Amino acid sequence: MNQRPDILMLKRKAVEIRKDIVTMLYRAGSGHPGGSLSIVDILVVLYYYALRYNVRDPQWRERDKLLLSKGHACPALYAILADRGYFPREELWTLRKLGSRLQGHPQLGLPGLEISSGSLGQGLSIANGMALANRMDGIESRIYCIMGDGETNEGQVWEAAMTASHYKLNKLCAIVDRNKLQIDGLCCDVKDMKQFDAKWQSFGWEVVETDGHDVQKLMDAFDKAREVVDKPQVIIAHTIKGAGVSFMENKVEWHGIAPKKEEYEKAVRELDAALAEIR
Amino acid sequence: MNTSCEKIPMVPTRDGFGKALLELGRTDKNVIVLSADLTDSTRAAWFKKEFPNQFISFGVAEQDMFGAAAGLALSGKIPFACTFGVFASGRAWDQIRISIAYMNLNVKIGGTHGGISVGPDGATHQALEEITLMRMLPHMSIIVPCDAVEAKKATIAAARVKGPVYLRLGRNACPVVTDEKVPFEIGKAVVLKEGKDLSIFACGHMVYEALLAHDILKKEHIAARVINLHTPKPLDKDSILKAAQETGAIVTVEEHTLQGGFGSAIAEVVVQQCPVVMKMIGVDDSFGESGEPEQLYKHFNLTAADIVLAARQAVKEK
Repeated sequence: MNQRPDILMLKRKAVEIRKDIVTMLYRAGSGHPGGSLSIVDILVVLYYYALRYNVRDPQWRERDKLLLSKGHACPALYAILADRGYFPREELWTLRKLGSRLQGHPQLGLPGLEISSGSLGQGLSIANGMALANRMDGIESRIYCIMGDGETNEGQVWEAAMTASHYKLNKLCAIVDRNKLQIDGLCCDVKDMKQFDAKWQSFGWEVVETDGHDVQKLMDAFDKAREVVDKPQVIIAHTIKGAGVSFMENKVEWHGIAPKKEEYEKAVRELDAALAEIR
Repeated sequence: MNTSCEKIPMVPTRDGFGKALLELGRTDKNVIVLSADLTDSTRAAWFKKEFPNQFISFGVAEQDMFGAAAGLALSGKIPFACTFGVFASGRAWDQIRISIAYMNLNVKIGGTHGGISVGPDGATHQALEEITLMRMLPHMSIIVPCDAVEAKKATIAAARVKGPVYLRLGRNACPVVTDEKVPFEIGKAVVLKEGKDLSIFACGHMVYEALLAHDILKKEHIAARVINLHTPKPLDKDSILKAAQETGAIVTVEEHTLQGGFGSAIAEVVVQQCPVVMKMIGVDDSFGESGEPEQLYKHFNLTAADIVLAARQAVKEK
């Protein structure tokens, strides 16, 4: 078990990542703030606590892997990868520009990035393949896969859920960013998933529910998932779409538009204030 | 090569694929075979029996299977994902596009039951669009072996190249017209018969029909060059241009839709670099239907007699 990092450090890091995200999107002039901001705390806990990896050797065979199946949230992933030193932070400002390694949706080739994604519903199957390969090779590493709750409308997710449970892939941990919004509106209005936790349970998964913005609780959730020996785990992380920027929070309109100048400045002011309060 | 003798051995190309998988399993522990509930039909069962620990079953879930194949390839494995061509190329096309081709992963796709020769199962199970659907994907290679011997060689060659490869295989026994000893090279067409009056390009089951057409045309003093263009992608452009320049007329033959398929790929080269008379034989904007393979070949005008008609016309128009 990794030693737990300082809570205040994690909280500060999360705010800094959020600042990077709004800056990237503002400079790019397009992108997806809502679903990027909702997974920030999850990524911070993964990259500062749960994952085992080596920045100097991104292809280290025994590393844990994080797959971002909800590819549109890539600004959050790019920001944390840059923060951890996989590539220079200045490269963040090339997001969505011609010739950039930071494509609008992730493209394999950027150091630290495990898969291309963007067409929803495909990541969990890839994670299954990685977990099966690790088992064949006697490698104990864990595979994590972040999906959106809207993304789980995709049938392939449930095909993959059956496969993971059939093969008892206990080194596989799915994380659902349960922000309860998707492009067309509230998830429950677009396509009501009803008893979401019970669905996963009935598919043979260990379900861990947590507050997706509480770094302490997230560390507890990852620890709990790691202890499961006979089945895959899903962490249903209850989150707020647009979390951290008041006027973006729980607003479906902020799924796929970039902030304008005044909005960007307001967001940065809020985040700076939040940063000052963490002590 | 003997095209007139009745004793030509008849073997389905999927059998050549199954034999090659066995051979690969014996030499490379990284070869993994995946199946979506069609393990016997795709001949993946032969591999499963000998290498159960290198075999993974996915049930009726092609999209998940191709995604998992991507994950295996990203972990250094050489996955062969097997199912019927309709499900591989159609059902899982977006998974092949994003999870495999976009990442240029080392995934091999064994798509059996290609073409109308699937027979009585009818249109839903007769894959007619794979060459078109796979050809438009960057990084993808497509091989359509003409017989079981070539299918075995093609499967082994596919395992040895990096990157995604689609193998189009047939269900029904078809004549073995190639030799074990002839080397196979991806992207290199094979001239089976020399001729100066026109060139017939064929792939898969249609190669045998082209050879029969050659013999009929010979009696009419039309010398047809017959080319087994087993790799629709990457395309052997040199062989196409050489044929166009030297014979001045081309007939293409495919057990596949004409829309964007094998003939189209050849036409794209011919019209741009050496325009000559061209006739294209294939299924024209139609679904397949139930029937016996021989009946269906006649119904869809895919026989040696149809090739002869097209060849005569092409020579006349030169």
